[in-house]
Amino acid sequence: MEPKVNLELALQHGLNEEEYANILTILGRVPTYTELGIFSVMWSEHCSYKNSISEIKKLPRSGPRLLVQAGEENAGLIDIGEGMAVAFKIESHNHPSAVEPYQGAATGVGGIMRDIFTMGARPIASLNSLRFGNIDNPRTKYLMKGIVKGIGDYGNSFGVPTIAGEIYFDDSYNENPIVNAMSVGIVKHSEIAKAIAKGVGNSVMIVGSATGRDGIHGATFASEEISEESEQKRPSVQVGDPFTEKLLLEATLEAIKTGYVIGIQDMGAAGITCSASEMSARGNSGMIINLNLVPVREEHMSSYEIMLSESQERMLLVIQPEHEDAIKSIFDKWELQCCRIGEVTNDGKIGIYYNTLQVADIPAYNLVLGGGAPVYYRESKKPEYIDELRKFDLNSLPEPNDYNDCLLRLLSSPNICSRRWVYMQYDRMVRTNTIINISGNAAVVRIKGSNKALAMKTDCNARYVYLNPYEGAKIAVAEAARNVVCVGAKPLAITNCLNFGNPYKPEIYWQFKETIRGISAACLALNTPVTGGNVSFYNENPDGAIFPTPVIGMIGEITDFRNYMSSDFKNNGDIVILLGKTTGHIGGSEYLKHIFNTTAGDAPHIDLAAEFRLQELVLELIGKDLLNSVHDLSEGGLAIALAESSIYACENNRSLGVKVLLPEDGRMDYSLFGEDQSRVLISANSNNLCKIKAIVDEYDIEFSIIGEVVTDQFSINNLINLKLAEIATLYNNTIEKNIIE
Amino acid sequence: MSYPKQKFGVVVFPGSNCDHDAYYVLKSIFKQDTRFLWHKDSSLDGVDAVILPGGFSYGDYLRCGAIARFSPIMKEVTAFANDGGIVIGICNGFQVLCEAGLLPGALLRNECLTFICKFVDLRVENSETRFTSECKTGEVLHIPIAHGEGNYFADDDTLERLEKNGQILFRYCSPDGSITKESNPNGSSGNIAGIMNATGNVMGLMPHPERAADPLIGPIDGQKIFQSVIKSITKYEQANNYSIVERS
Repeated sequence: MEPKVNLELALQHGLNEEEYANILTILGRVPTYTELGIFSVMWSEHCSYKNSISEIKKLPRSGPRLLVQAGEENAGLIDIGEGMAVAFKIESHNHPSAVEPYQGAATGVGGIMRDIFTMGARPIASLNSLRFGNIDNPRTKYLMKGIVKGIGDYGNSFGVPTIAGEIYFDDSYNENPIVNAMSVGIVKHSEIAKAIAKGVGNSVMIVGSATGRDGIHGATFASEEISEESEQKRPSVQVGDPFTEKLLLEATLEAIKTGYVIGIQDMGAAGITCSASEMSARGNSGMIINLNLVPVREEHMSSYEIMLSESQERMLLVIQPEHEDAIKSIFDKWELQCCRIGEVTNDGKIGIYYNTLQVADIPAYNLVLGGGAPVYYRESKKPEYIDELRKFDLNSLPEPNDYNDCLLRLLSSPNICSRRWVYMQYDRMVRTNTIINISGNAAVVRIKGSNKALAMKTDCNARYVYLNPYEGAKIAVAEAARNVVCVGAKPLAITNCLNFGNPYKPEIYWQFKETIRGISAACLALNTPVTGGNVSFYNENPDGAIFPTPVIGMIGEITDFRNYMSSDFKNNGDIVILLGKTTGHIGGSEYLKHIFNTTAGDAPHIDLAAEFRLQELVLELIGKDLLNSVHDLSEGGLAIALAESSIYACENNRSLGVKVLLPEDGRMDYSLFGEDQSRVLISANSNNLCKIKAIVDEYDIEFSIIGEVVTDQFSINNLINLKLAEIATLYNNTIEKNIIE
Repeated sequence: MSYPKQKFGVVVFPGSNCDHDAYYVLKSIFKQDTRFLWHKDSSLDGVDAVILPGGFSYGDYLRCGAIARFSPIMKEVTAFANDGGIVIGICNGFQVLCEAGLLPGALLRNECLTFICKFVDLRVENSETRFTSECKTGEVLHIPIAHGEGNYFADDDTLERLEKNGQILFRYCSPDGSITKESNPNGSSGNIAGIMNATGNVMGLMPHPERAADPLIGPIDGQKIFQSVIKSITKYEQANNYSIVERS
């Protein structure tokens, strides 16, 4: 027996009074129970972006290489020449991962993969951006083991290499981890598929897995704060089946190649409801669907449950009736279901039938983002903590007595040390396109049949964003671009995943608005438009919100992939050069956090014009083959970059370190561990020095020769003198030691 | 360098995901006549050698390879192997060969209980085989692994027999070639990474030689294994042709 629909039930569904009144107006009657369910998921924050869309529209979303507008299709699409395009997108799966880490993370990977191959693109790489609470917290260990295994098991079985990402730890994520999954795919222009329903009488087909009761109201669940009751939402978490998804991938790409697919969309959040209404709205058409024809895996499912199920590994297709047999035979070959469940209409409505009764009749336009879904302009207010934290007197900190000890402690900071324990669980090489042995910076994947390669990376130092959302967001974009540049790639475009707290809190919304402003400024300055992305609000728990975490996923292009660059030192005697200006900015640094247990000060500020010049300079130097290594400076500053380039050399069986001599003016700890932006560490043969200097001068970038690459030694002034094996072991084993015990 | 053309077949099970990698190496690096063989096929299309690739056949939700061994094509592969045809199982393919009884032993879960993807060092234990003739005994190859269940297990009698017959082809080792506990990534008995059958025509190995065969992306030690196989088929054919000439 279905519950009676009234305001109270609507409120229980997460709709507010105004929204319920709006539904009554749209329909001109009280909605059915199924209709209420449909409205509640489509108008949830997760699907409607109702509290973010007014801001997101301010992001720079155009550029000569963009093939679709941001938000127009399931993922962004950029032209890379030779008749090829790159489809890419990042998406959050934070809430499900908080209550069921393994399945939550696994289905996050599966969901973003479908967004890519539904466009006709074959996924070539997977990335993920993770945030966990304090590493000493038992819950962190539990979440991290489950999430890493979930990502690994899904991607490994699905057969797409997981090649890059980043992980940070901070107390603000103790209850609410961040799991953002990004996928990148390649498609020929001629084989791009659209998520559209058109042509009256065309068949609507459901393909892939049968529909079960898993994931019902997943989208609504993702639009609330995590609380003690969240544990009860475990049934809202979907269950992943990478094997079926692999079959679905092959069958879908084969089907799209026939040219018979008019429209296709994967089923993720809000399942059939979302695909049917979005495809219809895009095509200015409608659909009638008979739910009795949907293959189900459980008995006695109601229309409400079928419409809201978020069972994984399903797609909705629109094709002409005469092509049904051809499409069916492809899915038969891959032993997947392919059933006609309805047809396209021209009345603009989603008409749902079950057991011969009509259970829903809603104009598609009214359901979707950009159509009738609510749009809110939220109040914002600068939080008080920002000015408070800036008052902190950084000069009050004692200078360390023992710099060796200080560097060793930083190398074993969970935010700096090697992520080896994590990435060893990911198949990084399947499909033999991943360039081996590029440590640090970004990952590089060659494109078979062409000389091109793509570089990719996700980035976000959320502590900076917390201290200064505008500068922090600029840095997130700039650092992602710089990382891509350091492997020799030209940054092309970004996708972003904006993870924030409750948007109804004005302080949170201020963080959000400032972040959008920062991303916009950086994307304009660096010519990397936003191709799409995802917003995840309500990342809160009883102790407060997470750090605002706008994760940037950057794609870069290497025209001739043999010219990629790596960050490890190559030869004894090479000159070590620092590009960019060091002032010793220590506010918001990992040094301040890890050594003094303090999060305070202002984030570093970044001059985007200088950053752009630096990036162009590095690309020119790499392009002219003048460098032997390039490494970005980030957390831990210069000292950590020097240590990493040495450690990576050791991993490639070259026992190379550095002998560095820096001018001793001011506090050396700030010069060594400060996190000034727009800096890159390079090494080169001394014969190239004059040529390098001449090019650097053209770009007006600060240039300092700081030392040379030497065998078996790591020394900085007379402050630091360490054995390479010691720093490498510490760097490589810290996570493992912390997680497994 | 060019190689004489041989016919290779790469089996595609549902869930195979290194099928394209093996195909690419044979077709594009070694210029061999290479084709995919669908799991439902009942013919091997006259190939000279069959590769069972890596991946997660049928999702490997049950024991790895336990379902794939019942695929229609496996009947043909088994007959081909029993007839002396060359069969190579890489990673999941090795698991399938063990399940099918074409190789002794079994692959258990890694001792550390997690999936491991990394480059390892392998010592060539016997270079007098159709799979290793281009290597030297004792040589160390740098080739990656990527598996959750690669912990080779066999009873003592089997291990002894494998050892005595020279059927152990590769062992996990340290970079200098010593067989140590530290260099064993998954807990395999006797650090075993790859073996062949008693008649020397079926090989299974957990490491992925096809991932170490393209100089444009990284190390190329895996090439030696493919080179050995291509040469061995060529010689085998030449020997057969020669005997025909003699008879006539």
